[in-house]
Amino acid sequence: MLETIDDRYKTLEKSMKKLGYDKSALIETLHTAQETFGYLGIDTLKFIASRLKVPYSKVYGVATFYNYFMLKPKGKHNVVVCMGTACYIKGAEKIVEIIEQRFGIKVGETTPDGLLSLLSARCFGSCSLAPVIICDDKTKGKVLPENTLCDIEEMIK
Amino acid sequence: MITSIDDLQALAEKKRAECDENSSELRVCAGTSCLSLGSSELKKSLQDEIQSRGLNDSCNIKSVGCNGLCANGTLVSYCTKDKSKSTFYERVTSGDASGLVDSIQNGTPLEDRMCDISQPFFTYQKKIVLENIGIIDPDDIEDYIAHGGYLSFFRALDEMSPKDVIEEVKISGLRGRGGGGYPTGIKWESVSKVLSEQKYIICNGDEGDPGAFMDRAVMESDPHRILEGMAIAGYACGANKGYIYVRAEYPLAVDKLNRAIKQATKLGILGENIAHSNFSFNIEVRLGAGAFVCGEATALIASIEGNRGNPRQKPPHLSDYGLWGEPTVLNNVETFANIAPIIKNGGAWYKSIGTESSSGTKVFALTGHIQNTGLVEVPMGTTLRELIFDIGGGVPDGKKFKAIQSGGPSGGCIPESLLDLHVDYESLKNAGSIMGSGGLIVIDDSSNMVEIARFFMDFCRSESCGKCTPCRVGTTELTLLLDKFINKKATKSDFELLKEMCEIVKSASLCGLGQTAPNPVISTIKYFEDEYLAGISDD
Repeated sequence: MLETIDDRYKTLEKSMKKLGYDKSALIETLHTAQETFGYLGIDTLKFIASRLKVPYSKVYGVATFYNYFMLKPKGKHNVVVCMGTACYIKGAEKIVEIIEQRFGIKVGETTPDGLLSLLSARCFGSCSLAPVIICDDKTKGKVLPENTLCDIEEMIK
Repeated sequence: MITSIDDLQALAEKKRAECDENSSELRVCAGTSCLSLGSSELKKSLQDEIQSRGLNDSCNIKSVGCNGLCANGTLVSYCTKDKSKSTFYERVTSGDASGLVDSIQNGTPLEDRMCDISQPFFTYQKKIVLENIGIIDPDDIEDYIAHGGYLSFFRALDEMSPKDVIEEVKISGLRGRGGGGYPTGIKWESVSKVLSEQKYIICNGDEGDPGAFMDRAVMESDPHRILEGMAIAGYACGANKGYIYVRAEYPLAVDKLNRAIKQATKLGILGENIAHSNFSFNIEVRLGAGAFVCGEATALIASIEGNRGNPRQKPPHLSDYGLWGEPTVLNNVETFANIAPIIKNGGAWYKSIGTESSSGTKVFALTGHIQNTGLVEVPMGTTLRELIFDIGGGVPDGKKFKAIQSGGPSGGCIPESLLDLHVDYESLKNAGSIMGSGGLIVIDDSSNMVEIARFFMDFCRSESCGKCTPCRVGTTELTLLLDKFINKKATKSDFELLKEMCEIVKSASLCGLGQTAPNPVISTIKYFEDEYLAGISDD
């Protein structure tokens, strides 16, 4: 089986073991899984369900309930646009529009070559720097719509 | 190990003496905002500079939490050796490192980076919750102890009965800072009266309101304050286990809290039989995963238990049936951060601050179209005008003030005519908004209020858990209706329908999310009706 040869499953197993295969630590386990795999694939969810002895439907239900969990793999690079209130009134929508147009993807999608994913967030809590985007874990504040594309081109270069 | 109040004070003394003797202090803000402006690079440059000049022993550099004036980051303060004088700098970058160290060496401040601390942004503030922030190093428990930390907890254990603690909190008049405003002392009392082997204390650090970041700042900058508040609550209510539920979007806060718990446990401040008493208390961090509805108490508990964050009907209330069916106290981060000062200075002292019905201070996050974006703590009863124009410095770019939004997606918009409102729980409610957790978003005259209302409605639509129909269907229908107004295709009967539907969603929804979701629409109809009427086409 695939999971016996994949180290990432070992990491996940270790984390579940550490939490005593506690059913109530499902969300913690999903966090670990997402960190390890980059996203939550169906195989991963089924693996967690069988190890924690909870129904797959429940694991799937929890994974799809929370915004933080991604069920599709992300691109090589990611840009996350904050859509909190402070960012919204400072033109975050415009920034999303520009990126969507330039790369031909909608929020939550990845370019066909797998190079870039466009994501949105509810609020980073960096409201005083609004509007804020995160390019591959690097926070950029007070972003001007016209500079956004340069930042992204730079990142995926 | 700290096993008594004497041990604690001895450690505080030792640490204070160390700091005093050794050196002056450069405090670099390491809040999320300043970090993204490059404060870690700045700290590194300062360290290199100090090292190369051989000043290691005379100047100590430390990372501190959010200083509040995030708009002008990176913020650095310099405190002289005898700690009598401190200079505050703004907009500091790595390029300023050498100039800043020059200024320390020759004793003259770096003029062009100096921040005027006599401006209203600083002078109007009264810091209780944020008193340590920007001063202590959040990664160092000894620094917290040196500033009087955990003394309230040990005093409570030593000198007060659980009943005394509750009485003091009741006298203080402290009300839940998460937005609901329920009296904290009464909440604790009802849990303390329930007979049960197992009780829980939960701290809500989910801070789901977009546009609010007060709790993030406290968790990142003064994590021990929250642990102390929770431990005191545990003692008062007879609970020995606490959970802090934190947003996964706040990795820095998660990191600081986990580190703080580890340090406190190592010193025996948390754990079994604390200070040889028969009181034991342990705290664990649980991660949220991005669901606004988890700000609702029963949904948050479902999430801690590892389920979808679906709320349930109340009663039974949390005081009888909370986490895993046991009596539970659930308070917000800011509420817990107020506890240690209340025990230290007494409930009457706290009661003397603020207004009759809402005592103490409130931390607000000022954002949007405002000059000084950042965090401020003011006494309850401060007017909106003072908050926006004096503290906040007004609306930038020559635009005109239009409205202020409080309470996030559950709150409302307040127009210019009500700017002299003294902010407390009741006054905001009467004005059609709510206190909420403390996000204040200033909106200038370039914004359309119907679009703002739609923004919030769409937020609630996507965050609705889907359990009850009024909220699930209602928020969707309301969003579609608002679209009609924005596209100028609404009819007069749409306007009537909009108002009627707001009432239905408000009165028939299961939990707070649905019950308050129409607030932004209702309040903008109340104060900015003409903008809705402009969306009605005659044909």
